[in-house]
Amino acid sequence: MAVLNPDPNASNFRESLRKRPLNRWNEMLIKAALTACAFVSLATTALIIIVLFGETISFFQDVSFSDFFLNSEWQPLQKPVSFGIWELVAGTLNVVFWSLIIAVPIGMATAIYLSEYASPRIRRTLKPILEALAGVPTVVYAFFALTFITQDLLQPGLGKGAVPIFNSFSASVMLAVMILPTIASLSEDAMSNVPRDLREAAYGLGSTRLEVSLRVVVPAALSGIIVSILLGIARVIGETMIVAIAAGSTPNLTLDPFASIQTMTGYMLQVGLGDAARGTVDYRSLFAVGTMLFLMTLVFNIAAQLIVGRYREEYE
Amino acid sequence: MRASGIAAIPVLLAFAALALSACGQNNQTVRIDGSSTVFPISEAAAEEYSKITRARINVGFSGTGAGFEKFCRGAIHVSAASRPIKDSETAACAEKGIDDIVELQVAIDALTVVVHPDNSFVQCLTVDQLHDLFSGKATRWSDVDPAWPDDRPSLFYPGTDSGTFDYFVEAIIEDVDATAFHTADGTPSEDDNVLALGIRNEEDAIGYFGFANFSEAGRSLKAVAIDAGDGCIDPTRENALNGTYSPLSRPLFIYTRETFLAEHPENPVLRFLQFYLDNTGTLVQEVGYIAMPKEVFDEQFNKIAPFLSDG
Repeated sequence: MAVLNPDPNASNFRESLRKRPLNRWNEMLIKAALTACAFVSLATTALIIIVLFGETISFFQDVSFSDFFLNSEWQPLQKPVSFGIWELVAGTLNVVFWSLIIAVPIGMATAIYLSEYASPRIRRTLKPILEALAGVPTVVYAFFALTFITQDLLQPGLGKGAVPIFNSFSASVMLAVMILPTIASLSEDAMSNVPRDLREAAYGLGSTRLEVSLRVVVPAALSGIIVSILLGIARVIGETMIVAIAAGSTPNLTLDPFASIQTMTGYMLQVGLGDAARGTVDYRSLFAVGTMLFLMTLVFNIAAQLIVGRYREEYE
Repeated sequence: MRASGIAAIPVLLAFAALALSACGQNNQTVRIDGSSTVFPISEAAAEEYSKITRARINVGFSGTGAGFEKFCRGAIHVSAASRPIKDSETAACAEKGIDDIVELQVAIDALTVVVHPDNSFVQCLTVDQLHDLFSGKATRWSDVDPAWPDDRPSLFYPGTDSGTFDYFVEAIIEDVDATAFHTADGTPSEDDNVLALGIRNEEDAIGYFGFANFSEAGRSLKAVAIDAGDGCIDPTRENALNGTYSPLSRPLFIYTRETFLAEHPENPVLRFLQFYLDNTGTLVQEVGYIAMPKEVFDEQFNKIAPFLSDG
């Protein structure tokens, strides 16, 4: 169609350009459609925030702030009722702590290996496999934690008396496996972006490969590494299936890895699946915990962005 | 041109999916939800029924409380319960215009207290001892009986949505001491399989659930005899039927509405419930509960008989 697709080599090129039909309405329509699509995510987030905060405000009309923040028992469904959030927050922090202790060293070591030690061929094969690990459904991890890690590994190993069937350690191990690809992959990306000159200079001065990795590359890539860890933390905080199935349903103010605990997400699942009627305090507690979760994740994401802004080294 | 053509495909698929989703819902679906204790019986009935008809039966197990809530909302046809409906729940239903509730007993359950099979010291518990364990008064085995070890028991119990929980609270916690509360220091779960898993795997575990779950577990769990003042009574079929296993033997119910029973002409709910009641004898035994005595069974059948003779 000569008119809509002008051929620059045609003899009547300039004519055909002038004769192109005015697609102004089409252009505006497309612009509007694309803008609408872009705003869908914004609107959804706004709606989520409105619903969350709305129900949370109703919640705090029934439960005082001091009850929520100063109480140490979370027992909303059973009499005597009490709404101290810290047991749930402690449960979440418990799994965050133990999963980081496992995932950060292994993730960093994997990243350093991939970026400094591995041959390009190994790196080309290993990195996609690592990223595929990130695609395993978490419910698979959850049952793996409950059956294999707890029953086939920990209980025979440490004795049934020391390891309850629902404990935070099994969940933490699988959470570490879940965030390992995130930490390793993003850290490795950050380390690869460190220019070779820095490394060559260090080698030139007689450093060993380990010294170059730890003293030159890691500090240079630090902002990327920290961002990867913070994103890993945000994922662990929001993870529901693994903790609901493997960690237990007992709110517990402890960092003990071998205790049954309940995280914020685990509680939300329990109430969400149950019979809390709309408008009751039980129902609203779901949103109060959800808001707490949302704020915690927001803090970590903002921290990640600030660190990138402040510490990122820009290389030419 | 090509881009907009490709973009049209997902839109068409979405519309198609939306249109087809309506096909799944036909008015031959009977929805049952509620007690996880009654669930195995309903599920067995549904399975047998689907072999002889085309009706679809959806069976859930959200818990007695959750089941009543859905029933009052009109989301389900039949609500299964391991305790009688509460006055507050009847009132809640009446508020939504549901005031023709029919109660049908389907079986007798012997709520069983179980411990780990290797537990050598717990053979029999008095109601008071059971109360102390589950109200938080006793934090160690030795608090219950000085001859027992000093370890802490691990408690596993049904969640607060469960009728079993409500029944236990009434019969063991509140009947002994009206001011006491069920402890929250343990692992609650609406899923009895989770409880069985927990108790099987911890030597200091103790928990309770319906008789069917215990009989299914076989030798992987050990039942505790209960002494209500007349000696230690084991949870068995005979003891539940003759009333000696008290206070933990209880009736299991299903609730529906007269409106559903009286529907014309296709009457999936009535037909299914007729099948259900006709077969409770065999189904209940298969599942592991205790079948009702004949007089009680006849009473239930009489409740649906008037609807059977219409049309």
